[in-house]
Amino acid sequence: MEKTLKEFKPNEIGKVKKVASDGRIRRRIYDMGITPGALITLRKIAPLGDPIEVTVRGYELSLRKSEAECIIMEVVE
Amino acid sequence: MIKVALIGNPNCGKTTLFNALTGATAHVGNWPGVTIEKKEGIYKKGKEQVQIVDLPGIYSLSPYTPEEIVSRNFLIDENPDVIINIIDSTNLERNLYLTTQVLEVDKPVVIALNMIDVLEKQGDTIDIKKLEKILNVPIIAISALKGTGLKELIDKVIEINNDKRDGYTVLTESPLYHLYQKALDIVKSETDMVNPIFHAVKLIEMDEVEKSRNPQLIKEIASLEAKEPLDEFEGDFGGKVADARYQYIAKYFSNIITKKNEEHFTKSDKIDKVLTHRIWGIPIFLVIMFLVFHLTFSENLFFIGAFIKEGTFDIPIIGTDAINSPGVMLQSCMELLTTTIGDLLSGWLKNAPTWISSLIVDGVWEGLSSVLSFIPQILCLFFFICILEDSGYMARVAFIMDRAFRRFGLSGKAFMPLLMCFGCAVPGIMATRTLENEKERRLSVMLAPFFSCGAKLPVWGVFAAILFAGRYGDLVVFSMYLLGIVIAIITAIILKFTVLKGEPAPFIMELPAYHLPRAKSVGIHLWEKLKHYIVRAATIITGAIIVIWFLSTFSFKMQMVEDSGDSILGVIAKGITWLFIPLGFGKGSDGWKFVVAAFTGLIAKEMVPATLGTFAGMDEDLVLGGDGETLRNSALAALIGTISVPAAFAFMAFNLLSVPCMAAVAAAKGEIESRKKFWFTIAFWMITAYVVSFIIYWVGTYWWIGIILLGIIVITITILVLVKKHSQTTMKLSE
Repeated sequence: MEKTLKEFKPNEIGKVKKVASDGRIRRRIYDMGITPGALITLRKIAPLGDPIEVTVRGYELSLRKSEAECIIMEVVE
Repeated sequence: MIKVALIGNPNCGKTTLFNALTGATAHVGNWPGVTIEKKEGIYKKGKEQVQIVDLPGIYSLSPYTPEEIVSRNFLIDENPDVIINIIDSTNLERNLYLTTQVLEVDKPVVIALNMIDVLEKQGDTIDIKKLEKILNVPIIAISALKGTGLKELIDKVIEINNDKRDGYTVLTESPLYHLYQKALDIVKSETDMVNPIFHAVKLIEMDEVEKSRNPQLIKEIASLEAKEPLDEFEGDFGGKVADARYQYIAKYFSNIITKKNEEHFTKSDKIDKVLTHRIWGIPIFLVIMFLVFHLTFSENLFFIGAFIKEGTFDIPIIGTDAINSPGVMLQSCMELLTTTIGDLLSGWLKNAPTWISSLIVDGVWEGLSSVLSFIPQILCLFFFICILEDSGYMARVAFIMDRAFRRFGLSGKAFMPLLMCFGCAVPGIMATRTLENEKERRLSVMLAPFFSCGAKLPVWGVFAAILFAGRYGDLVVFSMYLLGIVIAIITAIILKFTVLKGEPAPFIMELPAYHLPRAKSVGIHLWEKLKHYIVRAATIITGAIIVIWFLSTFSFKMQMVEDSGDSILGVIAKGITWLFIPLGFGKGSDGWKFVVAAFTGLIAKEMVPATLGTFAGMDEDLVLGGDGETLRNSALAALIGTISVPAAFAFMAFNLLSVPCMAAVAAAKGEIESRKKFWFTIAFWMITAYVVSFIIYWVGTYWWIGIILLGIIVITITILVLVKKHSQTTMKLSE
């Protein structure tokens, strides 16, 4: 099933399909290890509902929902 | 001398390694992005000296943040002999991403595999031999914190110092190979650039620096890229290269590292579950912040005073009918020390000419003690913030607070710098460096003085004791803190829609694993801050105080004056007092005294009560150290009584919002690169102070003005909303 990282629930795991952002934000996302094929686990959502925390490539990363919205994922069961 | 560049990810132990090697005391925090400027130090080994340059921690050599640009320029333009690439072995995959970029430079590289002890503790192992073979550069396992492996590291640096090494790029093993070959040919045949491999890869990435430096080459590469088939990267070759790097790492990664069990970071996870809990996260955070300030500034530790009868005890340093917080205790010790030395000095100089004793006691020593008097509480505040930072909690604070801050054009990362401003604006402004976005950095600097700092507390203290006969003292102080926060919010919103318009800064931040704060690292941090503060303060503030002393003690005829109204400063202040009549406190025959006090406040806020005290003919110790009753019966109360209550509030607001102090101005100058933007910031502070004081005075004096003002604001907002709605509907219609 395909959906954006923003729609993920805590402990849901997925594989990155594509990053639909542009410019330097996209580059930044890539630099931090979120490239097509990378496995991402959504760990938690901040108390105020945004940002989110994910595990990618063995470390914890925090990003906003507006950025997560651009990351298109394939859900891994 | 061998010149070595130290490069690595943020938070990988780079600064710890630098300190361990050079004995320097750079500050280390568990907060990504602690080093922004490059630092240099010397490692001595017998006769051999090795110069080590600590570069800012970065994730990539792309030119998007100031840190990345500093590091990249150093590697490429300043020609280091050897590069040490430090890697956090507990976070190998992402750390190797930077390594694949560093290896593209034609320089001898040695990899320092850090935190190997932590990895072993987790039960994991890295096959160093295999990794060495894959990357084709020497690898030394170290623990920067424990100091193991450092000698071997430097020996290796000296050994490979004269080696020739050609850069290597992972693109040779990727589908981009043919494109890379063509790019490299173009670079080699058309230019004589050093590091051709590095440049060829950056050209393929359509790198911003290459775009501006080599527009011709970029054009050639772009035409080649246009012929490539489209895929999920949609022609973004920067992304393709990033992907190739991670593909390369992933290909070898699983063979290098043997993990005992997949989920080994559970301890950090468990802590995190509590501290960033959806419901408890914010209350816990508020309690922690309260404790930090309580332990630094409270004169009634844990509210024990509530259970002690009045007049039970009055022990110096410990407290009166209550226990002082450690911050206040240290502060009292410092006060005791400075007044004793001051008394000693005036005793010695009894027989010296008046101007000499005045210069030394009232000028130099007065200046130094005002600087010294803030050290205990600043240090105390930093101690706690440093523990929070080192443990990794500060990054979570940014995570928790981001949503709340975004409305004002800031990210959660701005929280720490702004919070520090409640203690002192100088370190707060300096800490804005960790913000990647230039606009956000500028906005944070501009808002910094609005958060009432420790030096403003004595000003509020005096007015709190005197206004309303001291009955609403706590409310007076609280109102100033609140006013500052409200003005910060309002101006942030105004600036967001005017001067600092544009895209919000992204918030893509690593959350480091929690660990126990280390005494050594906290100690180093404190020492660094202390040194910084003393140097800045001793030079700028003391210098300014001597100048003020001179201006307020001498007349234009270079004679010492009895009445400071006849002094140079007094004459100048009287000349511009009319400017402050609209603010209330410039009115009346004594108005100029408040104007002078406000002006000395631009140099350092603690000078405001001191100046007012001097005008009232009072000893400074009495102004700052006297209790409420003494203050209310003093000449100072009489002086403040000459202006109305709204004018007094306008005066306080002016002091709250105007230029905080010379040390903060110096710090702001350091953080805002452009001259124009720097002066804009200064003007912004002064204008905000003037406008807000003006409103407070007039609304306070004639309350119906407040109603009119409220009406105007409501109408303006309504019009703005209507206009916005209208433009939205027209936009929709045009679509």
